[in-house]
Amino acid sequence: MKLELRFFASLREGLGLSGESIATPSEVKTIADLRGYLAQRGNPWAEVLASGKVIRCALNQEMVSDSTVLVEGAEVAFFPPVTGG
Amino acid sequence: MQNDFIRIQEADFDLTTEVKALRKDDPRVGAVVTFLGTVRDMNDGSQVQGMTLEHYPGMTEKSLEEIITQARGRWDLYKTLVIHRVGPLLPEDQIVLVVVTSAHRGEAFAACEFIMDYLKTAAPFWKKEETPEGSKWVDARVTDDTAMARWS
Repeated sequence: MKLELRFFASLREGLGLSGESIATPSEVKTIADLRGYLAQRGNPWAEVLASGKVIRCALNQEMVSDSTVLVEGAEVAFFPPVTGG
Repeated sequence: MQNDFIRIQEADFDLTTEVKALRKDDPRVGAVVTFLGTVRDMNDGSQVQGMTLEHYPGMTEKSLEEIITQARGRWDLYKTLVIHRVGPLLPEDQIVLVVVTSAHRGEAFAACEFIMDYLKTAAPFWKKEETPEGSKWVDARVTDDTAMARWS
C-alpha cells in the first residue's frame, strides 16, 4: 500500500525526517501495524517509535487510534501529544 | 456571510482590533468573551527564554474547524475567531486568541472555554522551549486532558 508519512516535533527531530513516501507490505493493515513495521527499521526508528512512547497518529489529517485501518494513498502523520494554546 | 474565522500566523495581533471587527454591524450581540493566551517565563521549574511553535499545516485548520462545529452544536453563537501564532515567541508574547460572540454571556463564556480546552488537546501544535539547560519539547499535561474530559 502506498502511503505518505509525516512526522512532527520531537519525532521529526528524532528521525531527522519530516516526511517520506513508502510502499508497505500487505500485512501492514492498521496504524499499529505501520508503527511496528517502521520500528523494525532499526535506530533511530526503533527508539523514536518504541512501544512505551505515547505517540498520536492522524490519518488524512484526522486524529485516529492504533486500531484504525489504513487506506491506499493516505497521509499518515505521527507526532507527540499536542501542546498548543 | 462568514461567521467563523481561523488564522494561523507568525505575526502578532491586536485584541481590540479583532473584537471590533468581529462584532461590527451585528446588533444581535449582547456578549463578547475573549481568551488571550500568553508566553510565561517559567514552566515546570525551568526558566523559559523563548519558544518555537510548530504545527501541522492543513490538519491544524481542519481540527479548529471541527472544534468550532462542536461548539456551535452545543451553544447558540453568532461569530467565532481563533488566532494561533506559530514560529518563534518570547515571554510576554501573545500566543492564542479566542473570541466568541452571542446574545448572552453564559453561552459565550462556556463556548470560549470549551474551544480552548479542546484546542489544548486536539489541535496539532507543539511548543519547544529554550531554557538555560538547553531547548526541550514541552510535555503534554494531564490537566489538559482532565479539562477536556469535563465536556464529554
